[in-house]
Amino acid sequence: MTVASVAVGTDRLADRHHILSVLVENKAGVLARVASLFSQRGYNIFSLAVAPTDDERFSRITIVVDVESVPLEQITKQLDKLVNVVAITELAPEESTERELLLATLGVGAAERGQVIQLVGIFGGQIVDVGADHMTVMLAGAPGKVDDFEELVRPYGITELQRTGRVALPRIERRGPRVGVSAR
Amino acid sequence: MKMTGAQALIKSLEMQDVEVIFGLPGGAILPAYDPILDSPIRHILVRHEQGAGHAAEGYAQVTGRPGVAMVTSGPGATNIVTPLANAAMDSVPLVVISGQVATTSIGTDAFQECAITGVTRGITKHNWLVTDPAELPRTIAAAFHVATTGRPGPVLVDVPKDVSNASMEWYWPSSLEELDLPGYHPQTAGDPELVGKAAQLILEAERPVIYAGGGILKAHASAALRELAERTGIPVVTTLMARGAFPDSHPLCLGMPGMHGNYTAVTAMQRSDLLIALGSRFDDRVTGKLSAFAPGARVIHVDIDPAELGKVRHADVAIAGDCRIVIEDLISALGRSGIGPVGSMASPGSPAASRPSQEPWMRQIRDFQERFPLTYDRDATGALKPQYVVETLRDMSPEDTIVVSGVGQHQMWASQYWRFDHPYTWVNSGGLGTMGFAVPAALGAKVGRPDKTVWAIDGDGCFQMTAQELVTASAERIPVKVAILNNAYLGMVRQWQEMFYEERYSEVYLSPDLPDYVKWAEAMGCVGLRVESPEEVAPAIDKANSIDDRPVVIDFRTDAFEKVYPMVPAGASNDDIVVGPSAGEGGR
Ligand SMILES: Cc1ncc(C[n+]2csc(CCOP(=O)(O)OP(=O)(O)O)c2C)c(N)n1
Ligand SMILES: [Mg+2]
Repeated sequence: MTVASVAVGTDRLADRHHILSVLVENKAGVLARVASLFSQRGYNIFSLAVAPTDDERFSRITIVVDVESVPLEQITKQLDKLVNVVAITELAPEESTERELLLATLGVGAAERGQVIQLVGIFGGQIVDVGADHMTVMLAGAPGKVDDFEELVRPYGITELQRTGRVALPRIERRGPRVGVSAR
Repeated sequence: MKMTGAQALIKSLEMQDVEVIFGLPGGAILPAYDPILDSPIRHILVRHEQGAGHAAEGYAQVTGRPGVAMVTSGPGATNIVTPLANAAMDSVPLVVISGQVATTSIGTDAFQECAITGVTRGITKHNWLVTDPAELPRTIAAAFHVATTGRPGPVLVDVPKDVSNASMEWYWPSSLEELDLPGYHPQTAGDPELVGKAAQLILEAERPVIYAGGGILKAHASAALRELAERTGIPVVTTLMARGAFPDSHPLCLGMPGMHGNYTAVTAMQRSDLLIALGSRFDDRVTGKLSAFAPGARVIHVDIDPAELGKVRHADVAIAGDCRIVIEDLISALGRSGIGPVGSMASPGSPAASRPSQEPWMRQIRDFQERFPLTYDRDATGALKPQYVVETLRDMSPEDTIVVSGVGQHQMWASQYWRFDHPYTWVNSGGLGTMGFAVPAALGAKVGRPDKTVWAIDGDGCFQMTAQELVTASAERIPVKVAILNNAYLGMVRQWQEMFYEERYSEVYLSPDLPDYVKWAEAMGCVGLRVESPEEVAPAIDKANSIDDRPVVIDFRTDAFEKVYPMVPAGASNDDIVVGPSAGEGGR
């Protein structure tokens, strides 16, 4: 599987959102299997990010699921039935480190440039491209912080915006991940 | 040893002890048809690929072995989509090999290209597109492993033509590790602690019912189920997929539950205080309106598929595991609590000694059975009743006859009025409800069990969907027998229009004599017989049973207006079961 990610929806994290970290075989078509399972069974994906892991045999899909009508347990059990799914870990927000990346091109000319540079500085982001009347900024951070940043740059006029969707790992100092379903 | 991918494919099937392939060749699968000429595997040339799939399913359902079908790319592959979906719903181990255009042409809309792995993703347990000939033996071994273990199901292996033609070095994987399935670990043993809890619930129950599903047959758990039922004295319902898993003539057998189940099976579940669901999945055709289903029952649910546990109905004790293993463990656990072999007494002081008496419950069940038996209007003058045909066929056929059905009214009458006393003698399409299943599935069943009589009980509508496989049966000398319950209608749909659409009949009439089923049967190399009155039934069946060198078709002209009862209307509570005009207490 190639590196790919999509962010779907921009709502703030609601209580019904759960993060599943799904270790899958790095084989052709695996992302399609996971995605079609969700659509086939009527489960909602809030965001999804996938990339290879340090072990080239496996990729990790980080899925933020929107658990409205189906219990999370049913979703993890159905996912676990996919032959290419190796392990599923539910990452509770309080027990995991989550990050998301935002890229935004803003319609700012010379007059406002200084304000935006300041804002980016406060958030610890970067200016990645500058033109006469546009600039592209980048911020990587916890999803809430990225939400806040997005709100604050919005008044400057967003020409284009892309978020990656969340990726997450269990926090080190805590007990470790809560295991939903995990295949041995 | 060097060989082509195609040779490796067929040799891999031989390594899996495949004895028969149902298939039909074409361009992309041509390379694989050449080594078939030199293989001991029998190939049966079907007339439509849907027939290949259902035949393989029929074979699998009566033998317990995986069924194998082989088709070409594009239309060949799409023609077998229905059997794959059918096998997924009914957990039938089915291995489909499809040809594919060459890897270099994939994605170019090449002639007869269809991305069948994408099409069948949601209706297979898993599928593979093989892009390297060296992967063929491993993939075939993995495909059979996945199809037959855990919850069985269909798999598809798509083999591009250049992969078949390329040369490879033969090997055969010698261990499960070599199959490269790091995410596939079906769990068969149940958690002993949960088994203990299940035993505890059984000891406390006053009105328990065993709700046996098709998983009993898949797990070869019929003997264990009988032992459990007899030791505990708990009555058993057998779902449409489990007919024969527990003998109908056993005093504890209540028969089929569900939308067209009998009053006792349906009502015993409704009134039960403990449902012991074994390899069953709370299908909506069984539960009726879910919120009103068995409201007072605690639930023990045993299934090899963990995702079934709690999917539809909360289980008080949910055990993931193989039904046979878990039932045997449960029998042991009950033994430790004092429920021993039949005839043994619970030792004083054992938990079993304080078990509530099952007497009142069984008395209530006997009362249901007496008041509301399955019935139909036996005294009807003139009209040939379909139920009478099924009963007569049953009484005149060997007792271990395999019965295969299509989908519709005839299917329900076959399930209701046959007496299934042996496992693996009932083959039908339960979950998907596939019209046209019967003829090809009967053919496959007869190939799997040539020693047994195989009767298909089919509808006139269903028969028209796949009848061409009788040509296959004639050509291959597979002497199946087909009883068409010809009511001149898409009867089940007609029944719904009569009952729920104010008798506004829309597109359900077929005609009794177009086509002429006798002539059609003869044209396909079968013996064709016609029966129009009750007196002709027995002689025709006698004649059919005496023919063993070719297929036989009997066109039974049955009463077009007969309806299937009892019936729980769709969406209604099982408490609102309608037993029908000719049944007990005025047909409530
Ligand atoms: C392939 C397919 N198409 C449509 C249906 C819907 N359907 C269910 S039963 C039935 C009527 C079947 O007619 P027939 O084979 O004559 O059986 P009968 O009910 O008359 O016994 C139909 C159309 C189906 N189950 N399968
Ligand atoms: Mg009909």
